[in-house]
Amino acid sequence: MPDRKPDVALFVTCLADVMRPNVAFAAARLIEAAGAVVHVPDAQTCCGQPGFNAGADAAARAIAERVIEAFLPYDYVVAPSGSCAGMIKTHYAALFAGEPDWLLKQEELAAKTFELTQFLHGVMNWRPEGVSLKATATYHDSCSGLRELGVKAEPRALLAGIDGLELRPLAGEEACCGFGGAFCVKYPDISGAIVADKARAIRATGADILLAGDLGCLMNMAGKLSRDGTPVRCFHVAEALAGMIEGDGI
Amino acid sequence: MSGPAATPAAFREQAAAALARPQLKVALDRATALLQGRRREVMADYPEFQAARDAAARIKDHTLENLDHYAAEFAAAAEASGAKVHWAETPEEATRIVVEICKARGAKSATRVKSMLGEEIGLPAALAAAGIERVETDLAEHIIQLADERPSHIVIPALHKTQEEVADLFQAKHARPRASDEVEALVESARHELRPKYVAADVGISGANFLIAETGSVATVTNEGNAELTTALPPCHIVTVGVEKLVPTMEHAAVFLRLLARSALGSEFTQYVTFFNGPKRAGDRDGPEEMHIVLVDNRRTDMLGGDMREMLRCIRCGACMNHCPVYSVIGGHPYGGTYPGPMGSVLTPALTSLEEAGDLPNACTLNGRCQEVCPVKIPLTDMMRAMRERQWRQGLTKARSRWAIRAWAALARRPLIYRLATRAAVIGMRRFLASNGRIRNLPLAGGWTASRDMTAPGPRTFMSEWKRGRR
Repeated sequence: MPDRKPDVALFVTCLADVMRPNVAFAAARLIEAAGAVVHVPDAQTCCGQPGFNAGADAAARAIAERVIEAFLPYDYVVAPSGSCAGMIKTHYAALFAGEPDWLLKQEELAAKTFELTQFLHGVMNWRPEGVSLKATATYHDSCSGLRELGVKAEPRALLAGIDGLELRPLAGEEACCGFGGAFCVKYPDISGAIVADKARAIRATGADILLAGDLGCLMNMAGKLSRDGTPVRCFHVAEALAGMIEGDGI
Repeated sequence: MSGPAATPAAFREQAAAALARPQLKVALDRATALLQGRRREVMADYPEFQAARDAAARIKDHTLENLDHYAAEFAAAAEASGAKVHWAETPEEATRIVVEICKARGAKSATRVKSMLGEEIGLPAALAAAGIERVETDLAEHIIQLADERPSHIVIPALHKTQEEVADLFQAKHARPRASDEVEALVESARHELRPKYVAADVGISGANFLIAETGSVATVTNEGNAELTTALPPCHIVTVGVEKLVPTMEHAAVFLRLLARSALGSEFTQYVTFFNGPKRAGDRDGPEEMHIVLVDNRRTDMLGGDMREMLRCIRCGACMNHCPVYSVIGGHPYGGTYPGPMGSVLTPALTSLEEAGDLPNACTLNGRCQEVCPVKIPLTDMMRAMRERQWRQGLTKARSRWAIRAWAALARRPLIYRLATRAAVIGMRRFLASNGRIRNLPLAGGWTASRDMTAPGPRTFMSEWKRGRR
């Protein structure tokens, strides 16, 4: 690591950009607090995952190329999402099979790309100071972050540094919430039944706040809890760590 | 085959029907909690799980790469021990061989041990057509036969039925009136029905969990003892088995036995593991006079050369479906084919076609838990995605999805236009805000808002606010 502060490109994610800007502002604040300089590359849109998961590899590849070009110049790329970071780190290689030049670039980008909590905890060795939140919360492990990147201990270690926050275990915390990207609109009744199970498990914890590391899952669970009239507020883990928990949540 | 229509093409309708059955959810919740819990406990005492599944995957890959060699070795060893080995390329050929063996013996009834391969080749229907009484001896298969249904799980065929439903079914169909609804009483009632039929059967038909090439042995892994009664009492034992069940030696089989019991039911070992080596020999006190082994291909050798090859590693433990969020709400029937859950979603399109089973690889959240628990490391979610890619290339993707992805890709490649579109989307969506600050009904997202509220976007995009200097 150079002596200077590292230059971090924030991968905003398409969902945070449109649906919950607060998550991206929180991520930017946290990266800065951890001792890095935040950049928000203008050329970013999406990581390409919707195309990849639909089997539209050519479309996904075209977008992956732009992500690689836009983000390669920075020391690190950080996304407040295990899903988008996982796409870049573990799936881009499949899109450039048989193209050594692109594979090299992709590998370089994958190596410097991190999910937010893994970057804060694992790379910058940062922990929250002076953040307080008097609440009981429960945490859902989003699948892509958990299984593609191994995000598990990091958010819990960071959340343990928040004063007054009690974290309660969620039964079935490693079970999918039923979001699944396009799955939730292609098979809405199946997705709805899965998230109904998840909402029941969340209610059973008695927590007043639900935290997770991915907006897609959070919107799914928050939408179900809200529809059921359950007064559990949902926030991204970045919002909690940055002391930016306010209002009704997601 | 009896029971409701089995076709993966009807996935959506069948899933909707399954979701409308509250009793099914009760059965699924009980089974899922039990199976996940037991597996978690047993794996905590099995630190070599990762090493074992690495070894298991390598053994399977090696065997599949040399399938011709091991199949020939197995056939020679099995015939040397007195069994007759038959080769069947198609399900029709396989069932014809079985029926011919039965007819040659003048068989009127056959006891059967649960075998998914038997279901796959349509053996129950073939026996019925030949006028041979079929007696299912596995407790769950006995339930399925009485109810005239299809198995909904590859290890626990009657997983979709609650204990209460089984009690009512036995009351209606069994000769003896019910003593109680307790499991022990239900088992006793089934035993009372089945025992005389074991003795009277002319033929016993089983599947196999493993074929050991070196010794020509057929191995079955069971918990009820019905495999032993089915295969030892009648004068003729017929095995129907897929060629991918081959392993080179007993030592290799041992690796799988440890993985299979733990992955399937969360137990360290099953009650019975039996190795069959040919029919009764001179001086043996019991055993069948004849033993036939029908090796079934049914597209398996086609899969060897393509990107579905890893699916042939499958040892049918069911762990993937026990940990699948989709299976946990719809059960096994909507998948249509013989095999439900994640392994079925990969295997059924290979056994039928991607046209007919087009929904299966798509009705998955790609959460990856199935491939995490798979004891032979089949990359199930990666394979489902690969099938979606093939669907896209072959023009099988639904028009609506194609247009949505094309529109998204066109925007995502042009950041400036994308910014305008996202700003417009925020403004547009905010017009639908309800009094609770969320969206309760959103055009084009009716699937979402049918059962969930939608988060209120914005108020402006992050990119536009960041540009304006907000931090």
